[in-house]
Amino acid sequence: MKELKIFARAGQGAITTAAILGEAFFHQKIYAYAFPNFGAARMGAPMNAFLRYDNNPVRLRSQIYNPDSIIVVDPTLFKSQNCFAGMKDGSVAIIAIREGIKVEAPKNIKVVSLPAEQIAMEIIGRPFSNTVLMGAFCKATGDLKLESLIEAVKIQFADKPEVLDKNIQAVKKGFELGAAS
Amino acid sequence: MKQFIEGSWAMAYAAKLCRPQVVSAYPITPQTHIVEHMAEFVASGELAAESVNVESEHSAASLVLGAQATGVRTFTATSSQGLFLMQEVVFNIAGMRLPVMMVCANRAISAPINIWNDQQDSIALRDAGWVQLYAENNQEALDLIIAGYKIGENPKIMLPIMVCVDGFILTHGMETVDMPTQEEVDKFLPKYNPPYKLDVENPMSLGLLGDPTVYLENRYALHKTLEEVIPEINKVGAEYKKAFGRDSIRLVEEYKLDDAEIALVAMGSVCGSIKDVVDQERAKGAKVGMLKIVSYRPFPGEAIKKALAKVSCVGILDKNISLGAAGAVYTEINSLMAGQNKKVSGFVAGLGGRDITPQTIQEIIKTTKNEVNACKFIGLNKELLWDEFRV
Amino acid sequence: MFSVLASKGKTSRNNKTGSWRTFKKPNFLQKNCINCGLCKLVCPETCITGKEKNQYYPDYDYCKGCGLCAYICPKKDIEMVKE
Repeated sequence: MKELKIFARAGQGAITTAAILGEAFFHQKIYAYAFPNFGAARMGAPMNAFLRYDNNPVRLRSQIYNPDSIIVVDPTLFKSQNCFAGMKDGSVAIIAIREGIKVEAPKNIKVVSLPAEQIAMEIIGRPFSNTVLMGAFCKATGDLKLESLIEAVKIQFADKPEVLDKNIQAVKKGFELGAAS
Repeated sequence: MKQFIEGSWAMAYAAKLCRPQVVSAYPITPQTHIVEHMAEFVASGELAAESVNVESEHSAASLVLGAQATGVRTFTATSSQGLFLMQEVVFNIAGMRLPVMMVCANRAISAPINIWNDQQDSIALRDAGWVQLYAENNQEALDLIIAGYKIGENPKIMLPIMVCVDGFILTHGMETVDMPTQEEVDKFLPKYNPPYKLDVENPMSLGLLGDPTVYLENRYALHKTLEEVIPEINKVGAEYKKAFGRDSIRLVEEYKLDDAEIALVAMGSVCGSIKDVVDQERAKGAKVGMLKIVSYRPFPGEAIKKALAKVSCVGILDKNISLGAAGAVYTEINSLMAGQNKKVSGFVAGLGGRDITPQTIQEIIKTTKNEVNACKFIGLNKELLWDEFRV
Repeated sequence: MFSVLASKGKTSRNNKTGSWRTFKKPNFLQKNCINCGLCKLVCPETCITGKEKNQYYPDYDYCKGCGLCAYICPKKDIEMVKE
């Protein structure tokens, strides 16, 4: 069983990210359990979403303390917390970087950093970097096939066809950059 | 068909497949998504039902009571303070023998205000005369709703059913759920045909004054019928398995108890976490097992006794507490185990959403083996406990 | 298992509450009645009949002698009398 922890601010789509990745794993016949950090979410408040995935049904219901990978949607979160806490040796951190914010990761962690917001602005025209980061997750962890992820994105955006293609493009761009580092 | 789906959606979908004709609820976290989805089903025409907006949970419960009394199937859902606001009506629904279906998204009770999960809300209403079934995962939640209608609507039973699901953990959790088709559910669940209803053609009073000459008999009949639900759950469980291939409608689930020396007992989603820990402990050679209670009301004493017959230590994890006494499930199991020469311990954990981690469960297993406690809190932060008032 | 859960409609007529009347009964004078209908409205047994002035009367099979009709009558056209 592997565990992913997503760091974001409420409103940045962390739950949707976990949901799409869960759906993607489901398409690969892998069991997933996606869940939010249960809280009184207010727009902008730091929050987490979680994803567990395994070949067997996921039964464990606790929150995730020792993730195999993390996605940091908003790098300003590093100012208030250590997103790397509890990470295992060799685990993967996918970080959306932003100019002027320095992130120092522990040495035992594989870091994939990419200007996801900037890419999202270029491709989608809005700063929703989630699909870029999902693509990077896909490549960096190697646990998920790109086709499965695209399939899940199609389901998620079924009722928003105007942004579907752009988001698929964003996923692919993230996938490319996930390999880069 | 299997889908990766949000728990609230799966539960609303299960209720929809049962074709309730009246749906009413008042939104409260963490139940809100369930009713939202129900309202969507009604608005889109997928469900031919009346969805009634009300000003409080008391009204929502009153509304489903009234609707059900006219002979139609109903659905409602609530949580925590909402369930407590319904309380008066909840007792009435059972007393009037109306098989209402309610999903209780389990949440802690104020004060202090807390929206997170524990099971105090439904436990506090355990004496209401409802059948209370606790789901471990969203598949079970869906199964219990569909089968629950069938159990409650049996003309010899006519009792309301509360399907209790851990708030957030299940309601907001997304996982794989096998969704039955409408045809399958229609075949399994007969049309609601109550032996009595309010009907202008054939007038009748329901909810009478029950004076001392009849009240005792009413409560006895209610109690006896709840006892009759025990074999009914097994019967409907077998039918459900035949129809849908899943063994989820049962009184209890035994997990690796055959040769176990230590057994943990729990209800709801935490049972999944316990199963993982049981497997880890067994890999290290410890003979640990788990008993999951699905049906808390009626309380399946015989099934529990049988399941725990061979173990020597029993640890009961309660996500509730009867303040001044002990956890509710502990109290009942401890009395069942009287004179059996077992070490029986009660643990209170996970209140108000405090995370129950594998370490929490390991600590419970260890303490169950080494000590005997009636009501041991796990995970207390002593720094937050003071002898005198502080701000 | 069930116990007394419901009762059939229209069965309240079987209880002739007039037998509860122990002391006084209302006497409808039918002289100054203005057809306000208040006596009929307040009667807890709904045993008063009438639609026109000076035409109201109680059904003594059910009248418990509570005196509400006499109390409410704005014309004092109902008096309580010893049986």
